[in-house]
Amino acid sequence: MKSTVIPIGPQHPVLPEPVHLKLTVVDEVITDVVPSLGFVHRGLEMLVDSRDYHQVVQIVERVCGICSMMHAMCYCQGIEEMMGIEAPPRAKYLRVIWSELHRMHSHLLWLGLFADSFGFESLFMQFWRIREKVLDIHEATTGNRVIVSVNKIGGVGKDLDDDQIEWILSELKNIKREVRRLGPTLLDDYTVKKRTVGRGVLTSQQAIDLGTVGPTLRASGVARDMRQLGYAALGELDFEPVIEEAGDSWARCKVRFKEVLASIDMIRQAAGKIPAGDIAVRVKGAPPEGEAISRVEQPRGEVFYYIKSKGQKKLERLRIRTPTFANLPALLSILPGLYLSDVPVVVLSIDPCISCTER
Amino acid sequence: MKAQSLFVNMDQLLGEAAKLQVEGYRYVALTAVEIDGQTVELIYHFDLNLGMRHLRLSVQKGTRVPSITPVYLAAFLAENEIQDLFGVVFSGLAVDFKGTLYTENEMRGRVPFCRYTVVGSEKGEAAGQGDNSREDSSGEAS
Repeated sequence: MKSTVIPIGPQHPVLPEPVHLKLTVVDEVITDVVPSLGFVHRGLEMLVDSRDYHQVVQIVERVCGICSMMHAMCYCQGIEEMMGIEAPPRAKYLRVIWSELHRMHSHLLWLGLFADSFGFESLFMQFWRIREKVLDIHEATTGNRVIVSVNKIGGVGKDLDDDQIEWILSELKNIKREVRRLGPTLLDDYTVKKRTVGRGVLTSQQAIDLGTVGPTLRASGVARDMRQLGYAALGELDFEPVIEEAGDSWARCKVRFKEVLASIDMIRQAAGKIPAGDIAVRVKGAPPEGEAISRVEQPRGEVFYYIKSKGQKKLERLRIRTPTFANLPALLSILPGLYLSDVPVVVLSIDPCISCTER
Repeated sequence: MKAQSLFVNMDQLLGEAAKLQVEGYRYVALTAVEIDGQTVELIYHFDLNLGMRHLRLSVQKGTRVPSITPVYLAAFLAENEIQDLFGVVFSGLAVDFKGTLYTENEMRGRVPFCRYTVVGSEKGEAAGQGDNSREDSSGEAS
């Protein structure tokens, strides 16, 4: 049978951001896929050429709104390593609290978008309603809903008092109850399973070979999470990566759902152990010199920063490999063999963030 | 980071990458760093059980570099990105956008992420121009 090329994107109802997929189909079955990027590339890595290394914190926060806090944390940790600076213990705990809140709102956003991709509009609205409560916590504690901008080299720029921590914990209690209430609707529903179970299967070996990260990797049974590195205060908290074995779209959905609850638990642990003290150390001495690699687990997976500096105020090179950049090659493996109608659900199942990718 | 790095030449690159794959290393990233007007350093980053290994390859601008996509298919996006932004040309790329992953045809011959001169890249030759016009922030001439 003759093959047909069907372009999806860069503008498509299911894609929140522009990416292009060139699909080759025979009848309704996909036989080949080539993803293309570059529609909104910003060249942010090159801005290190014209900015002081302190100002780069604000630049990397704008790589992606959804995980802005983790981009800044990853960059700051890399610079701190190069300069031999250690953030105060309280700052490390605060970084954990805000980064896990970021993971929660990102996953809740994705769970809503995923429900929307298979036409479950009321579930989409329910997840986004819950997400608003997380954004309210961001706004009350940092002044911003999404780009919280709390990190700086040497620690954080904002603190939480006891009343705020108590309020966050009570809010999280409500959020946990509401998320759990939606669990059966998402995970046990016949139509949801019909659209997701067995669709876009990635075996554990394929997931490793294709360089996938985050929930896409863990849903294939690989217990790999950068939080195992123990950065910030994570080394002092109990943490086990959430994994699923099936490797399909449903497993990726289940991992993210469970990670929302796991993040609540980690915030609770961090709030119980947070020590008193300073939230930042003063950065003194010469600018950073040498090379550093910093890795952090963002909602979509491992983000990788390579930083090189010659001891001047402006960095020599900043390389950012975002999680979606690592997960896109998996589409080459999981889409062929599927029906064209599966594409929206399966593409969304890797949680593509093109803003990150087009840094 | 240097301690976990292995400096390789172009003949050794694919063999060393294949060894890492057999050992179970996951491809993490590929970084291009412009060293001077003639040289770009490519750093291939791999991970196994949270430990990292790096392969470092120093490349003279204008020479063709073997793609590692026959071993690690996941590197195709990074290699295409470097073709677009640094003018390094990869041979044997599994999915080759031929310099148009990010840039349009009118950008051919320019390498926006190089601060020094680029000489004789394939893109440059194809467009009949080999020089990049951007200047180094420190004031060094291109």
